[in-house]
Amino acid sequence: MMFDRKKSPRSSRLASLVAVTAVVSMALTACGGSGTPASSGEAAGGDATITFIPKQLNNPYTDVVLAGGKKGAKEAGFSSSNVVGPLEASASSQVSFINAETQAGTNVIVIAANDPDAVCTALGEARSAGAKIVAFDSDTKPECRDVFISQVVAKDVALIQTKLISEQIGGSGEIAILSATANATNQNEWIKFMEEELKSNPAYKDIKLVAKVYGDDNDTKSFQEAQGLMQAHPNLKGIISPTTVGIAATARYLSTSAYKGKVALTGLGLPNEMRPFVKDGTVKEFALWDPAQLGYVASFAGKALKDGKITGKAGDTFTAGELGERKVQDGGLVIVGPPTVFNAANIDKYNF
Amino acid sequence: MSETTTPTSNAPAPEAPLTRSPSTTPWRKTRTAKLLASRDAITIYALVAFLIYASISIPRFASPVTTGFLLLDVIPVLLIAMPMTLIIITGEIDLSVASIAGLTSATMGVLWAGGMNIWLVLAVSVLVGVACGMFNGFLIAVLGLPSLAVTIGTLALFRGLALVTIGDNAVANFPKPLTAFFTSKLGATGIPTVMIGVLVVIIAFGVLLHFTPFGRGLFGMGYSKEAAAFVGIKVARSKFWLYVASGAVSALAGIFWTLRYTSARSDNATGLELAVIAAVLLGGVSIFGGKGSILGVLAGVLLIGSLNYALRLGRVSDVVLITVTGLLLILSVVAPSIGSAIRGWRHTRRVRRSTEP
Amino acid sequence: MSSALDSRKAPTRQPVSRGWAATASVLRLRELPVLIALSVLVIVTYLINPLFLSAQGVKDLLLNATIIMILAVGQTLLIVTRNIDLSVGSILGLVAFGTGSIFAAMPNIPIIAVFGIGMAFGVVLGAVNGILVTVAKVPALVITLGTLYVFRGLNNAWAGGKQYFAGDRPDAFGGLSVDTFLGFPIITLVAVVVVIAVALYMSGTRAGRDLYAIGSDPEAAKAFGIKVSKRVLLAFLANGALAGLAGVLYASRFNSVGATTGTGMELTVIAAAVVGGVAIFGGSGSVTGAALGALLLTTITSSLTAVRVDKFWQQAIVGILILAAIIIDRLASLRTAKKLRISEARNV
Repeated sequence: MMFDRKKSPRSSRLASLVAVTAVVSMALTACGGSGTPASSGEAAGGDATITFIPKQLNNPYTDVVLAGGKKGAKEAGFSSSNVVGPLEASASSQVSFINAETQAGTNVIVIAANDPDAVCTALGEARSAGAKIVAFDSDTKPECRDVFISQVVAKDVALIQTKLISEQIGGSGEIAILSATANATNQNEWIKFMEEELKSNPAYKDIKLVAKVYGDDNDTKSFQEAQGLMQAHPNLKGIISPTTVGIAATARYLSTSAYKGKVALTGLGLPNEMRPFVKDGTVKEFALWDPAQLGYVASFAGKALKDGKITGKAGDTFTAGELGERKVQDGGLVIVGPPTVFNAANIDKYNF
Repeated sequence: MSETTTPTSNAPAPEAPLTRSPSTTPWRKTRTAKLLASRDAITIYALVAFLIYASISIPRFASPVTTGFLLLDVIPVLLIAMPMTLIIITGEIDLSVASIAGLTSATMGVLWAGGMNIWLVLAVSVLVGVACGMFNGFLIAVLGLPSLAVTIGTLALFRGLALVTIGDNAVANFPKPLTAFFTSKLGATGIPTVMIGVLVVIIAFGVLLHFTPFGRGLFGMGYSKEAAAFVGIKVARSKFWLYVASGAVSALAGIFWTLRYTSARSDNATGLELAVIAAVLLGGVSIFGGKGSILGVLAGVLLIGSLNYALRLGRVSDVVLITVTGLLLILSVVAPSIGSAIRGWRHTRRVRRSTEP
Repeated sequence: MSSALDSRKAPTRQPVSRGWAATASVLRLRELPVLIALSVLVIVTYLINPLFLSAQGVKDLLLNATIIMILAVGQTLLIVTRNIDLSVGSILGLVAFGTGSIFAAMPNIPIIAVFGIGMAFGVVLGAVNGILVTVAKVPALVITLGTLYVFRGLNNAWAGGKQYFAGDRPDAFGGLSVDTFLGFPIITLVAVVVVIAVALYMSGTRAGRDLYAIGSDPEAAKAFGIKVSKRVLLAFLANGALAGLAGVLYASRFNSVGATTGTGMELTVIAAAVVGGVAIFGGSGSVTGAALGALLLTTITSSLTAVRVDKFWQQAIVGILILAAIIIDRLASLRTAKKLRISEARNV
């Protein structure tokens, strides 16, 4: 028994060691398969590599953006393009991905920042290691990147949403905003312009913004925030949701509640997600740009930076493939294109 | 019979002498051999094996840059894992650690934005952690409430207070020299400067656990609270101070988090408690208490950390990472049990055979 | 559903009155504070904002509680046996995405079949937990922490960036969480049936009471001839089935199901059970209490919004409630112990 008891734990521990090592090597075989060829090719030929770091993986909007980015990367002549990123959109989660890319010697890092400050130190290290930084979708602090690819002029995005809501509620009444996270750079900028416009434009003098809530780009939370808005503000006439997750969740709540057709909803949404709500009358009109173009232009900007054709200062120009020439504006800003307004008449023409 | 050979019950079976084989016993008795095959040693082997494998097969893994980034990534887990090890060894748990780190971060942000001197801000932040730990300790050690339930409550409470403190805001303008210090490296070694402080914490907890009567008392409490109290260990007092230590170290992790990412937010370090507990258990600490070592936990944290980093360097999706983390955790506890189940079955069979005429 | 069937048979085996008496006495002891807190909360909120109890308001309150309620019932089955399931959020996510996939692949599948498949899927996932816990004899806390990661990883690998939206599912399915019967949303009625069925099972059947015995003292339970492993495994299967049911209902109620659906739900569920008076170390607590706990937690969120209290306070209040619940339990058990001592002393 002595022998039996003492020896066997060793064999079981050996078994667990073998098992643990097996899992680890399995994982690494997977990683060797996808990672090694790309980096070795880059080392040999000196070709350019590009990596996209979205706010979070597995988000439908992000997927459309990234598909455009991959297409652009191929056309712009990158030898390899990769997508890495966190599964949850938290402030600090992108940092270790930036670090790994820095170490992998990636030439161009394209990032949509979850927090404008948290990624800065890591991006600084990447730049001193020779990488070019393109921010897209959601900006970092300007000094932490070379250029920022913006969907549209921020003010235009804001104005089109205030215009839509004003039309839908007949120019007067209480409205609320249901945004993404409280720190999202892009949403906050639009909201700022919306507030200014509501205050300064006499056409909107009867519209009162009564609340700003945050659904954190989480379907469940956005849904409940929408529900809370209705209860806390019985006279609410309309909601602006400048985020694709928020507008879809709000639309779902409205369409399943007594408020359907009574409370107007607009904002930024994906046509594929919003189609049923437009058809059942919950939502009349909403806006968005073509997300694929955003990624597409980001890739070409990255290539131009890498080749030294532009430096990110105002006045630089580069050709963004089939979309033609783009000019860098003040603050390293590159604008992709005008937003589109979707409604029952045109929504079936779009597939993203 | 099968009941007495389950892993949880170590009572020797009455038939034991029948299977003793004297020729092979002696070497097993040596201390070194025992150490070499202990549960935490296995984690250390796995870590070493993995590091060798990664260095050979992943380009660029074997470099000082890896050391730097990898260590910076694991520091918060490494710090909190120290008091957590001691707490789990006594048979308790602390799920509120990440919320304490978040509350510390929020406090830092508000105080700094309010114009307080930075050193005073840091001091107050640590005190906030200590206060949180005292609150946990009071409920668990003094009132004798179950730690699992209490710290689920304080997990929500402290994170809630972090939200109340700083709301949706983020404070980012901490002094440059200070934030730069938190990402600086020791010369060309790639080792972050702050590792010196982290090492001090690790050594302090290591010595406390393994080389003091207090530490031996903790193991005793993990085996049997009643027995420990009977032989004169001050159970309640020891537990109280462990939770205070846990609060203080969580606060340090919160400060590190805030300054490394130069962003004080209420949601900093969310979910870190599960990562810490996974690493501690992987490091060979028994969830029942009474077993574990600082060295094993160190290896557990570094194993998950380097696996993490290697997968990212290889651009393998985080999907694989969380799945592997989960599988490792399950394997690390199930493999020994299955081993002993097979052993028990074999033993029963052998006993039966030898007792049958 | 299996538990529901069992409990319907239960009264024939056991005198009904006994089950009810047990339920009533437990109610007196432990559900009362939760019920009082809930009533005060609802009344105060209503006085401040009458809209809180409008038809739509009540409907929203009930709908919000439904999914957590079902999960809390399943969790209670485990907690009373000194087990726990941290992976419920991940199970819910997998089943919810599975539901979306089924409707996408077979738009005309009968809705009841989807419920069947979803719950069967939940049972399979629950079985993974249950088998690991009972066969390997490893604490559920560790195993389900592991499967929390593994199931979430599978969900991410399966779903990728794919999400299914409410528009992809039949209107009748989404209608379950919109339509009402006697003022109650249909999915809430499903939850109420589950609560009643499991409550009767727990207090009225031998198997149900075995679960409490296992939680009070596993060694003694074994000595009394209770098949501990079998009962615990069944509790895991039942919890899996309920998490599966919750997953299907999630897909009915919310707009999108994808890789991250249900993330972080486990702590809310456990908190609901604890607030409802389920002792974390087993042996006591009722599913009715857990369901009320779930209702209380979700109502607080709505109340704070309705009275426009800063939402940042919400989580802190949840924390305080959990702590209050534990302390109340402690005081109650101290009083019981004292009473026992006194009555014993008299008997001597």
